[in-house]
Amino acid sequence: MATATVAHHDETAHEHHEHHDNFITKYIFTQDHKMIGKQFLITGMFWAIIGGFLSILFRLQLGFPEMDLSFLRPLLGGWIDEAGKLDPTFYLALVTMHGTIMVFFVLTAGLSGTFSNYLIPLQIGARDMASGFMNMLSYWFFFVSGVIMFISLFIKTGPAGGGWVVYPPLSALEQAIPGSGLGMTLWLIAMTFFIASSLLGGINYITTVINLRTKGMSFSRLPLTIWAFFLTAVIGLLSFPVLFAAALLLVFDRSFGTSFYLSDIYIGGEALPNTGGSPVLYQHLFWFLGHPEVYIVLLPALGITSEVIATNSRKPIFGYKAMIISMLGITILSFIVWAHHMFVSGMNPFLGSIFMFLTLIIAVPSAVKVFNYLTTLWRGNLIFTPAMLFSIGLVSFFISGGLTGIFLGNSAIDIQLHDTYFVVAHFHLVMGSASFFGLMAGVYHWFPKMFGRMMDARLGYVHFWLTFVGVYLVFFPMHYIGIAGFPRRYYNWTNFEFTNMYTDLNMFVSVAAIITFAAQFIFIFNFFYSMYRGRKATLNPWRSNTLEWTTPLKPGHGNWPGEIPTVYRWPYDYSKPGAAEDFIPQTVPLSATPESNLPHEQEMVKLEMEIMKEESDVLVANESKH
Amino acid sequence: MYGFLIGVGVLLLFSIIWMVYRIQTLVSVVKGSDKKIASGSNKVNAILFIVFLVGTGILMFWYSIKEFDNYQLPVASEHGVITDKLFWITMAVTGVVFLITHILLFVFPYKYQYKENRKATFYPDNNNLEIIWTIVPGVVLAGLVISGWMAWSDITAPAPEKAHVVEIMGYQFAWEVRYPGKDNVLGDYDYRLITASNSHGVDFTDKNSIDDFPSPKVVIPKGEPVLFKIRARDVLHSVFAPHMRLKMDAVPGMPTRFWFVPTKTTEEMRAELKDPEFEYEIACTEICGRGHFSMKKVIEVVEPEAYQKWLVEQKTFIQNNPALAEGLTPEMKELAEIQIRESKK
Repeated sequence: MATATVAHHDETAHEHHEHHDNFITKYIFTQDHKMIGKQFLITGMFWAIIGGFLSILFRLQLGFPEMDLSFLRPLLGGWIDEAGKLDPTFYLALVTMHGTIMVFFVLTAGLSGTFSNYLIPLQIGARDMASGFMNMLSYWFFFVSGVIMFISLFIKTGPAGGGWVVYPPLSALEQAIPGSGLGMTLWLIAMTFFIASSLLGGINYITTVINLRTKGMSFSRLPLTIWAFFLTAVIGLLSFPVLFAAALLLVFDRSFGTSFYLSDIYIGGEALPNTGGSPVLYQHLFWFLGHPEVYIVLLPALGITSEVIATNSRKPIFGYKAMIISMLGITILSFIVWAHHMFVSGMNPFLGSIFMFLTLIIAVPSAVKVFNYLTTLWRGNLIFTPAMLFSIGLVSFFISGGLTGIFLGNSAIDIQLHDTYFVVAHFHLVMGSASFFGLMAGVYHWFPKMFGRMMDARLGYVHFWLTFVGVYLVFFPMHYIGIAGFPRRYYNWTNFEFTNMYTDLNMFVSVAAIITFAAQFIFIFNFFYSMYRGRKATLNPWRSNTLEWTTPLKPGHGNWPGEIPTVYRWPYDYSKPGAAEDFIPQTVPLSATPESNLPHEQEMVKLEMEIMKEESDVLVANESKH
Repeated sequence: MYGFLIGVGVLLLFSIIWMVYRIQTLVSVVKGSDKKIASGSNKVNAILFIVFLVGTGILMFWYSIKEFDNYQLPVASEHGVITDKLFWITMAVTGVVFLITHILLFVFPYKYQYKENRKATFYPDNNNLEIIWTIVPGVVLAGLVISGWMAWSDITAPAPEKAHVVEIMGYQFAWEVRYPGKDNVLGDYDYRLITASNSHGVDFTDKNSIDDFPSPKVVIPKGEPVLFKIRARDVLHSVFAPHMRLKMDAVPGMPTRFWFVPTKTTEEMRAELKDPEFEYEIACTEICGRGHFSMKKVIEVVEPEAYQKWLVEQKTFIQNNPALAEGLTPEMKELAEIQIRESKK
């Protein structure tokens, strides 16, 4: 009943909007989930360019330590010294901001924010999010967070420089590194806004998925994308507040003289009064978000991949239920593996044993997902749209990066590998690149729905191959460097005998990184060019089953002009034996396809008929009342 | 100069792509291939997957074999041999999975590329398969975890009582080393006692600290257990001795530890590597500020006899700086003075 009134209310709101939308309510303070999704996407792309560019700066330093960087002085000013060298403190700031921006602004907001917003109402058959206003707030909190973080890049003492994990005491003491002054304060404020944004968004996604599904859209008929977004939102809702707590205590330590994380510190020629705190406490709190965050970043990408691979293999996703169970397993386990980031942090080694067992359990559902993707490809009829290519690329990264996780999750092996480039290679593949490819797959796949036009496929292919090969050329060599023991976050390698090698390999990585970064501009061009000049899309260009393709080419606020369609089947009826076409949209009743129904579906036809009859009776009765 | 070159490169890349793009678009419009479900590019992409598989596969094997001696650091501790073995076992297991899954991932796209007259197989689930590939990875992982856990338990077990104690303290941006002296017990310390002449903050009112001595490098005996007592003075650091396969964070306010048995002296390692300059090193692996990349300390592993000889030769804090004994109780002062006199003999 509640659902019905909401839907009804939205319908009137929708008509109301059509007439009164001005530029501000349509493009800026919009409450339309589709526009908010696009806002997240464009902002995410902006941040991806910034984050990528920062990485190019420090890759120049690592690949070409002798290089004269004076040409960067117009941009970086005093951070390039007289001799044309990058300042080591600013190097750390670059690493820190690259991590923060990529993890939170690009792969959390840019990925989850874009596609949860855009797809949830369209794929479950809802007029909009449960609360359009909260949704709008969610974007604008994110925007404010971004503005603050952006400002911090330009202040005199530099942005935060303690690594993206901002471990205290380094992040708490200005004496320790200049970035821990104003830069860190801005970082904390920006993250507070970001957390608020994530929570507002997450509550909305969860509420919408639970309450606003259209008739017939049971949980067992939800596309895997929606399952992924739903579980991602649950993870975010449970873990982001813990980051907030960690940040809040850090604020207290920094500004109000408390000692949550500080103890026995002698710095800058004086002994600080703080005693009794524990830096390890911060690490526990941070990684209680930090590890689930990996899955916040990854699950939406896996959801998108499931959808894209099934559609373009013209096959149902293999093991739909197993996929959901794996995601549920990952969701739950993601909360109890955090301390595998801390095997050598000085915490009790017994705790290390426990977390090693829990960590390697989480590898099982991940493995199941990979095998299911492979089986979905098997005996399919594969169409390589750019989205499909990026999805296959994602699976490859997920395997490569996932397998190295088995080394790092094993505490005995982790002793040597911890905080070396092996870790850098691992998480850039499994979380960074895999999620980025999920984001790309999503953009290429849903671009026709977003803008009513097609992106150019050939540019997409070029973009894919350059990026796919590029990512491997950047991150695969890092495994060797990591096995050799090169530590992370090093400004250069010449101080140590054991790292005084591989200058050639580091140079190679840097060149590959620059090319890969440059290749992204092919995408940027394709994106904006196609938005205005791309080929007009058809209503269902990928011949897909899900509900969003039943909307008009450019759906208005409210998504469907008439009634919201009813759903009669799961979203993966591709290449069903007996059917004329190789896809049957979710809106086609089972009773309309007797030729392709499976035995158990044939039995449901009767039930379906009864329900449909009852409904039409109600409709007739209502009509006569009016 | 570089900037200019990069700029030109990017510009060139763009113009080439632009031209290719326009030509391709026009050609596909003429051919009408943009109306088809899968254009000719489908085949090209399918072939490229195979090319990628073969190309990167060859590159990976060639480089892994060629560079093996470079990236495989020689190991010089007892537990390091075990963790290295675990590493390579895991590498073998994951390597096989890596190859098989990638061959399937890239061969399937080639084999099952779109054909107009073929229909994909409707194959939505198979519970037996799901069970198999839940249980098999589970069992394999359990094997890996249990062997890892046994190694981990041994490595992190309490150090043997006879272990030689060395204290390593990290600060921005170096390490300082303190030995417990004859009693093999480190004296108390307090960060509030740190001064220019007492950088460790050693509490000399504690009897155990009278014979403590500093050292410019870590000297340890071969074949005997050594216990590193690790602490930090300002921010987090992490002691990383790559050849010892040793890593442990240095945490202000929370002393940590790591014990191990070195198996090769510096001289032996020099002979093995044919590098007369070789030194065991300690590096920092926890971001700690501007000088994070330069926190180096040398470890010298010597024969046990040489170690005992070296121990006797060292001068204690108090012998180096008698002023430290000022302000002690008469009883303690006497002990200190005996020491100072001994050193002058």
